[in-house]
Order: sequence, then structure tokens, then C-alpha cells
Amino acid sequence: MSDVATNGSAPILAVDHVSVSLAGREVLRDVSFAIAPGEFTGLIGSNGAGKTTLFRVILGLQAADGSVRVGGAPRSRRNPLIGYVPQKFQLDPDVPLRTRDLVALGLDAHRYGVATPSRARRARVDEMLEAVDARDFADARVGTLSGGEQQRVLIAHALIAAPKLLLLDEPLANLDLRSGHEVVALLARITSEQRIAVLISAHEMNPLLPVIDRIVYLAAGRAASGTTEEVVRTSVLSALYGHHVDVLQVHGRVLVVAGEAGELADTSDHSHTQTQVEIIS
Amino acid sequence: MSAQLAAIFDPGFFTSQIVQVAATVSAFAAIVCGTVGVFTVIRGQSFAGEALGDISTTGGSGAFLVAVGPLWGFGVAAVAAAAVMELIGIQRPRGRDLATGIVLGAGLGLAALFLYLDSVNHSTTGATVSIVFGSMFTITSSAIPAVIAFSALAVCLVTALGRPLLLSSISPELAAARGIPVRFVGVAYLLALAIAIAIAAFTIGTILSTALLVGPAAIALRLTRSPARAIAAAAAIGIAATWLSILLAYDSYDWYHQSGKSWPVSFFVVTLIFLGYLLAGLPRRLRRQREIAPELPRG
Repeated sequence: MSDVATNGSAPILAVDHVSVSLAGREVLRDVSFAIAPGEFTGLIGSNGAGKTTLFRVILGLQAADGSVRVGGAPRSRRNPLIGYVPQKFQLDPDVPLRTRDLVALGLDAHRYGVATPSRARRARVDEMLEAVDARDFADARVGTLSGGEQQRVLIAHALIAAPKLLLLDEPLANLDLRSGHEVVALLARITSEQRIAVLISAHEMNPLLPVIDRIVYLAAGRAASGTTEEVVRTSVLSALYGHHVDVLQVHGRVLVVAGEAGELADTSDHSHTQTQVEIIS
Repeated sequence: MSAQLAAIFDPGFFTSQIVQVAATVSAFAAIVCGTVGVFTVIRGQSFAGEALGDISTTGGSGAFLVAVGPLWGFGVAAVAAAAVMELIGIQRPRGRDLATGIVLGAGLGLAALFLYLDSVNHSTTGATVSIVFGSMFTITSSAIPAVIAFSALAVCLVTALGRPLLLSSISPELAAARGIPVRFVGVAYLLALAIAIAIAAFTIGTILSTALLVGPAAIALRLTRSPARAIAAAAAIGIAATWLSILLAYDSYDWYHQSGKSWPVSFFVVTLIFLGYLLAGLPRRLRRQREIAPELPRG
């Protein structure tokens, strides 16, 4: 629960008292957490909890109060320490862009002009394609790939520039369970090999539980962070949501359930005393 | 055999200066349109291209009024329209779409006035047809330097934008996260698009200009997998289509019993590109049918 608990080493990402208002609505309120180098962190929250906004703040694309430091320096646009996989990515199947083209763009897409082909460049792209098991569709158009394959290509695009922090915005949202599991396993393997810190957002935490070191739980614009055991508890999440929630363990899966009976008990309308259960995560 | 060849390639064809000028101008137009057009299709800006082409009618007819070369009129109108579209419809794709439509309407209103004044002030009736549908065989060699300069500008612009343009065309989110100024790149690209449209309008007419911009690029997208190859293929397809059209139009001088007039080159260009587009889609269609066909008898 502490703001900066990073096992001694200097954090790769330090988010300190960050608040963001969009169109008069407070999207993030006093959010603080830190990520140590090589740490795998899950950013958990329902849709609209502010996960994408938080990513935009870290990437330097969104004005915010508070401070964000990446690798010890203030956040900036085009930070080579950060790799990013966006939530929204859709290409028509006829767009002339091969898997290897998209991965190569990860190297130097910010440079103006056309890339000069070289053996070293090609070798680097091949190596990255190999790392995400994308050799089989290296020359296929990106738009023709399945969702899981596209995620792997986007991860390669983000990792080829050798970042120290990888941000992934809901990479599992449109994947079936099996592809989702594959993507998570692949991420865990590569990032631990190369000691890259990961901040991965999801509205459903269970697929991530086997691999994450820490969790940042976002609700109502506020955040709680720590190990899963520290954060995913009835007391902590109830305080975060501002009303009572229950954390249940069902066959090794965690369910966060909002029970509104306590609030409704005050009303005299007995037809509403029945507990309303909403599974949040 | 040589007699048949001579019937296709009329002895005067290769030595005709009119043909040489038309072939030169259309080759440059095809190269520019191939380079710019592939991005137009990827970015889904065909409608913006069409609107810029239509609005360049205003510039062309205005230029005719003040006796300036039409290429300059097309260029000024297209660039000005692109600037206005960018200024008033910036925030959202839908806003941009609406802005394009509104600027288009205003521009065409002016064109109606200018074309009317053209016909009042000049006894020639050909101006309207020549501006709107093009007349490649009336282009004089004096226009070539300007065509080359415009072409070089547009191709250099797209080449210089290069990787940031490609990434922001594919995913604005990815591009923005990499610190690419997506808005600036978009504006610079719109400038290249306006120049390409001006050259295409000069070659095959204002309202047909998008056919040369988008058509060869759309065919190339069906045949190639990488951006560089798509651009090369689009340029080659554009050159093939325009040159073949010049030949057909030249031969058409004889089709109406020595009427002394050829069919419009633009007609052949647009028709060939359309046929090419259908042909390029054929392999995929056949493949899909083969995949579905075995399933049918069971039903």
C-alpha cells in the first residue's frame, strides 16, 4: 500500500499524486505508485476507471497534476525507455504492411525519411520476430492476422527498440482465453529475460494473477497498489470503491463482488432489500 | 503482322509532339499519384481527395478567366481548400468529413460562377469540358517544367515524411505514443495530396482526378504486401494505364470516319483503371469461391 516500495532499487516508473480532470470530471484522483525495474505489474480496473488516461499521462500525452518520473527523469513525449501497445489497433486486411514492416517501424518510426535497408536491421527484425514466435507469419499482412497474432506483433514492435518499461493497454480484451494465456506467458518470458518492467491493464485480473508481481487497482479514479494479497482484500477495495465490496476466492479465481444490501437496508421499501450482486472483476 | 502493328501504332504516333508531351505529363502524374495515393487509401481519405479534385475546378476556371496556366489554378485551389478543411474540421473524423463536404459545396458554387464568366467572356465553349474532363492532347510542352516541379515537391514531401507518415496512417495511437506529431504529419500529407490532385486534374480533368489518385493505388494494394512495393506498383500501373490510353485515343482519330477528333484520353484512363481494379480482385474472389464451393453440395 505504500507509495514507493520498490525493493531498494530506483524505480523505473514513479507516479506521484497524479490527478487528471477531463471536461470537468475528475478521471484520476491523487494516484501514486511505483514500479521497480523488471517488475510485472497489473493495472486493474473496470471500463472507464481511468486506465487509458493513466497510460496517456505516463506517455506524456495528457496534462496532469502531480509528477511522473520515468527512469528518474520527468516524463516526456518520445521517451525511448517506454514501449507501448495500444488498446485500439485495427487494420484492414488489404493494407500493404507485413508483420516484419510493423516490427521494423518499432526501431525508428519517429525518424523522418525512409529507412535504409541493411543486413543488421533485417537481422534485428528477424530476431524480434523469433522472440514472439512470429516467424511463420513474418511476411503476411498484419491485417490478416488473428487477434492473438496481432498482439504478439505489437509487442515485438514495442520491444524492438529495447525499452525498460512496457505499457500494454488491455491486450487481452479481444482475445479468447487460450490466445490470452499465450500472450501473457510470452510477455512474462521475454520481459523477465530482458529485465523489462511491465504495466499491463485489464478489467479482469485472473488471467494475470500467475505472472504479476504487484497490482495497481483503479476504481472511481483512485488507486491502491501493492502485492495482490495486500490490495485485493475486502477492506482495501471497499475503501477504494467507497462502498462495501466482497473479495471471494472461487477455485483459485478471485471475484470482487459489490453487494449493495447495506445501503438499501436504510430504505423502508422492502421490495428492494434483496441483495443486488454485481461482479466487478 | 507488321501491317497489324502499324494499324495499332500509327506511323506518326511516336514522332508526334502532342503524344510525347501527353506521355511525359501523364508519367509524372502517375508517379505522384502512386506515391501519394497509397497513403490516401490507407488513411481512408479518398473522399478528401475527391473533394479537392472537384474544388480544383474552381481554380482551373478562375485561372482561365485571368489567363493563367490551369495547373497553377488547380494547385492554388486544392491547397487552399486543403488548408480550410484542416482549419475548420480538426477535432474528430466526423468533423473532418463534414468540413470537407461544406468546403466542397462552397468551392463548387464559385466554380459555377467562374465557368459562366468564362463562357461569357470567351467565345470558346471547350473550357468547361477541358477543365472538368481534361484534354491531354492540348497540353503544350511549356507546361512540362511546372509539372516536373510540382511532382518533385509532392514526392519529396511524402518521402521526407516517410516513417512517421506510415505509422500515423496505420495507427495514430502508436504514432502519438512515439512522440510523432500526428497532426503536423497529417497537414503536411494533405499538402502533398493537394499537389497530387492538381497534377492529376491537369492530366485527366478535375472530377476524374481521384481515379488516377486512388485507382492505381487500390489495384496495387490488391497485388502487393509492403508499402514500398505498393507505391512502385501503383506508379507503374498508372503509367501503363495512361500510356495505353494515349495510344487508344490516338487511334480513335480514325474511328469516326476521319472526323478529325479523338475520343477523350481521360475516358480510356478511367475505364482501364476500373477494369484493372476488377481484374485485380478476381484471384481473391475465385479463391474464396473455391473454398466455399465444396461445402455447398452437402446442404
